[in-house]
Amino acid sequence: MTSKARVATVWLGGCSGCHMSFLDIDEKLFDLADRIELVYSPLADVKEFPEDVDVVLVEGALCNTENLELLLKARERSRVLVSFGDCAVTGNTSQLRNRLKIDDVLTQVYQAGPGSIPKGPEALEVLPVLLPKVYPLHAAVPVDFYLPGCPPDPDRILRTVTALLAGEKPELPAESITFG
Amino acid sequence: MTREELRTMAMKEQEQKAAFRCRLLVCYSSPCLSSGAEAVYKALLAAVHERNLDVEVDVTRTGCVGPCSRGPLVTVRRPGCEDVIYQHVTPEFVVRILEAHLVENRPLTENVLPGDVPFFAKQLKVVLANSASIDPESLESYVSMGGFTALSKVLEEMTPEQVVEEIKKSGLRGRGGGGFPTGLKWDLVRKAQGEKKYIVANGDEGDPGAYMDRTTMESDPFLVLEGMAIAAYAVGADQGYFYVRAEYPLAAERLAKAIKKAEKAEILGNRIFGSSFNFRVDIRLGAGAFVCGEETGLLTSIMGRRGQPYPRPPFPANSGLWGSPTLINNVETFGNIAPIINRGGDWYASIGTEKSKGTKIFALAGEISNTGLIEVPMGITLREVVYEIGGGIPGGAGFKAAQTGGPSGGCIPADYLDTPIDYDNLASLGSIMGSGGLVIMNDRSCMVDVARFFMDFCRDESCGKCIPCRVGTSQMLGYLEKICNGSAVMEDLEKLRELAEMVQETSLCGLGFTSPNPTLSTLRYFRAEYEAHIRERRCPVGVCVMSEVPLRELVAELPRRIREGSKA
Amino acid sequence: MSVITVTINGIEGSAPAGATLLEACRQNGVELPTLCHLEGLTPIGACRLCLVQVEGARRLLPACVTEAQEGMIIQTHTEKLVKYRKMTLELLLSERNHICSVCVANGSCELRTLCAQLGVDHSRFEYRCPDLPPIDTSHERNGLDHNRCISCTRCIRACDQVEGAHTLDMEGRGIENRVIIDMHQTWGSSRTCTKCGKCVNVCPTGTLFWKGSTVAEMEKEVGFLQWIRGGREKKTWSYL
Repeated sequence: MTSKARVATVWLGGCSGCHMSFLDIDEKLFDLADRIELVYSPLADVKEFPEDVDVVLVEGALCNTENLELLLKARERSRVLVSFGDCAVTGNTSQLRNRLKIDDVLTQVYQAGPGSIPKGPEALEVLPVLLPKVYPLHAAVPVDFYLPGCPPDPDRILRTVTALLAGEKPELPAESITFG
Repeated sequence: MTREELRTMAMKEQEQKAAFRCRLLVCYSSPCLSSGAEAVYKALLAAVHERNLDVEVDVTRTGCVGPCSRGPLVTVRRPGCEDVIYQHVTPEFVVRILEAHLVENRPLTENVLPGDVPFFAKQLKVVLANSASIDPESLESYVSMGGFTALSKVLEEMTPEQVVEEIKKSGLRGRGGGGFPTGLKWDLVRKAQGEKKYIVANGDEGDPGAYMDRTTMESDPFLVLEGMAIAAYAVGADQGYFYVRAEYPLAAERLAKAIKKAEKAEILGNRIFGSSFNFRVDIRLGAGAFVCGEETGLLTSIMGRRGQPYPRPPFPANSGLWGSPTLINNVETFGNIAPIINRGGDWYASIGTEKSKGTKIFALAGEISNTGLIEVPMGITLREVVYEIGGGIPGGAGFKAAQTGGPSGGCIPADYLDTPIDYDNLASLGSIMGSGGLVIMNDRSCMVDVARFFMDFCRDESCGKCIPCRVGTSQMLGYLEKICNGSAVMEDLEKLRELAEMVQETSLCGLGFTSPNPTLSTLRYFRAEYEAHIRERRCPVGVCVMSEVPLRELVAELPRRIREGSKA
Repeated sequence: MSVITVTINGIEGSAPAGATLLEACRQNGVELPTLCHLEGLTPIGACRLCLVQVEGARRLLPACVTEAQEGMIIQTHTEKLVKYRKMTLELLLSERNHICSVCVANGSCELRTLCAQLGVDHSRFEYRCPDLPPIDTSHERNGLDHNRCISCTRCIRACDQVEGAHTLDMEGRGIENRVIIDMHQTWGSSRTCTKCGKCVNVCPTGTLFWKGSTVAEMEKEVGFLQWIRGGREKKTWSYL
C-alpha cells in the first residue's frame, strides 16, 4: 500500500470561508480522505504544525505576528504551499485596515467598546502584535500555487488538490482563476 | 529695419561703448541676483553719479558670467587692458572697486577671480559668447555684438533649403536631451504638408540642478529669438511660441521685453528686413509640470489642454500644434543657430567629436569646488570638467560619480572619467547627455539614496496617463525606499530591476522610459552598495537610517519594540 | 477602399488602408487585450496592453493608435510582450483598492476578466492601499468609487466626445490623479451632468456604478457607442 499524502490546511487572517468551500466538495471528500492524511488543520485537533508535509493550503492574510510565525513554519515544513483564497493571495478585505492607523484600530476594537485589554508589554501576553500592514502570503514566503477566489469554489479547490496530489502543476481555466 | 540700419545701429553702439574710460559689468542673471547683485548695481550707480563719472563710466547689467557660486560678480573692462573679474562683491566693495580703478588707477588684489584659470581657459563659448558682455534687455547691445546679422543674411542671401543644408552641415543635434539631428528635423518640417506651420522653443527646463536654458534666456534672449526666426524662415512658419516655465519669471520677463523691442524695430513681425517673411512670437508660461518639457506634453499644454504627452507617431514635424507641422527645439539649440549661419556649418562641425558637434552648456553642481555654468566643446573628458574647470572635489573627499541628464540620466563612476563627453558615449555608459545637468557626487554620497531621490522626482512628475510610468515609478520608489530603510530582501532587488526594464520599454513618453535610468545605472556600477544595504542592512557611507527590518523578522522585532518602547 | 498587406505573427493578412494595428489584428483573428481603448472613443494609447512589436521600430508600439502600413511585420504575443502585459495588470491591481469580493462589478469587470485571461492570479507588487476620497453617491442615479479607478479616462472621453457635456475630468497628476466632477464638486451638485449614464456604461471596472446595485450586480452595456457613431457618421440608425 502506498503511503497517503500528508496534507495540512492553515487558517490565518481570514473568515474561514475557504475552508467552508473546501468542505463543500461534499461526497468527493470521501475519495480524498482515502488518499490523504490531514496532519494539521483547523478541522483537526493538532497543536503543532508537523514536519514533512506534502501540501499545505493556507487561507487568510498575514495580519499579526502569530500569522507570520505560523506561515514561516508551514513554509519551512511543507513541500508545496498553496495560497488559498483571496485573503491569502491579495489581502482582500483583511487589508482594508491598511489605510488606517493601527492604534486607532486597536482602540476602536478593544478599548472603545465593552471590555478592554491591557496595552503595552502586558498586551504581549494575551494578543499577538498586529503587523504594520496586512500582507498577502507571498510578501513573506515563496508560494508555489495561487488559488484565488472569495472563496474559491469547490471545483477549483478539488482540481487544484487533485493535481497537486498527482504531483502535477494545476492548470486551471481562465474562469477558475478570477478574484472575488 | 534694413540691413544697413542694422549695421549703423551696431556701429553707433560700439562707438558709444568704446568712448567710456571704463566699463563696469554687473552680472545680472538669477544666481548673482539671488546673492545680492541688485544692491551691488544700485550702490555702483549711486557711487558713479556721486562722483560725477556718468560720462566716463558705463555701468551695464549683463548676462551670466559663469562661476555662479562666486557671485555677485563684477567685471571691470578698460580699453587696452585685460578684464578684471571680482567675486563675492558687496555694495561696499563695489565702491572700492570703482575708486581703485578710476581714482587710484590701481586694481584691487582682493576678491579677484583670475581670468586665466582653467575654469575660463578650458571653455569654448558659442551660445554664451555674448552673455557676460551684453545687456540682455538692450537690442542695441545685442546688435553691437553682431546680433541679427545672421537673420538678415538668410533673408537676403539664402533660400530655406540652403539654411537647412547649412544646419545639416554643422552637425548640430538637439540640445534638449534626445540629440536628434537638428538639420534633419528642420528638413522634415520644411517638407511637411501644411498651410500653417509653427515654431516652438522649449524653455521648460525642469531637471533638478540644471539651469542652462534659464541662463540662456536670461542672458541673451535676442539670440534665441533670432534662432527661432531663422528656423521659421527655413521651414516656412510664421508663428512661434516660446514655452517658458512660470518658475523662471526673469527669463519670461526678459523674453517678453526682447520680443517687444524686436517687434518695434521691425525685426520680428511683418516684412522682416524688408523681405516677404513674417514671423510673430508669443510666450506661453508652463504651470510647473516636468512632463511639459516632453515635446508632445508641451504642445498639448500650449493648446490649453491638460499637459499630457500623446504617442508618436505622428511626430510634431507632421502633426503638432492644432494638427499643423510644428518644429520644436530646445532653447540652447536655437542659441546655436545664429553663430552657425554667421560662421558657417563647417566651422561648427570642426568643433567636437565625430558624431557630436559643437559645444554644450552644462550646469556644474554638487560636490565640486567651482559650481556654475560652463560651455565646453563636445568631446571634452569628464576628468577635465571635474578637475580642471570644476577645480576638483572640495574638503579632501574623493570623486564618486557624475550624474548627467537629471532624473532621466544616469550616474557615471570614476572608472569612466576619461571618457570624452558626447551623446553616444554617455548613452553607452547607461546615462544620457540630457539637457546639461551635471551633478558631481563625492564618496560620501549613497548611490541607492541618489537613485531613490530621482525616482521620487519621477513619481511625483509622472503625468499619470500610462500605467507603467504612473504605477511603475511608485512601485520602484517603494523598493528603493525599502532598500534604504533596511526592510528589503534580495528578491526585491530582482523585482526592481525587472520593473525598471519594463517601465523603460513600455512607457508612453520620454519621462517614463528614462525614469529607470538613475536606478539602472547605479545598479550597474554600484551594485555592491545595494547588496550591502540588503544583505548586511548597512549603508556603506552612513547616509541611510536602517530603522526597519524585512517582513519575516517582524515576528521578533515587533514585540521587542513594544518592550523597549515601554522602557523608554 | 484600398487594402494593405500585413504580416501578423508570421501569417499574412490584409486590412483596409488607414486601419490601426489593433483593427488589423482583430480583423485577422488576433485578439489583443485593451483597457483604455473602446470602439467609438478616441484612442489614447495609455494602458499599454496592446503594445506590439513592429519589425524595424525602435520601440514597442501601441496597436490602438498606430496606423498599419503596407508590408508591416508585427509580433503580438512574444514572450516579452506577454510578460509586460501581465506586469501591467499586476501594477494596476497594486495601485488602488481592488477588493473584487465586495465590488459591484465583480461579474462584469474588464480588469478582473483580463487578469484571468492572461493568467494573472496574484500581484507580485506590494499593494499601495491608498486612502482615497470617499465614494460619491450624491448623484440621483450614479455612484463614483475611486478605489476601483484605473484612470483609463473612458468615462471622461464618453462624457466629452459622445455626450458633449464634459462633466467628468481628471485632477492631479501621476499616481495622485483622480476623476472629478465639474469644478471638483459632488456629482449631485453638478449642473452639467445630463444623467445620461454613458460614463457608467463605459467604465471598465466598478468605479462608476448604478446606485442600488450590490456585489456583482452591475451590468454594463457599451454597444450604444457604435450605434451613436454609426448614426452620426454614416447616418444609419440601427441598434442591433
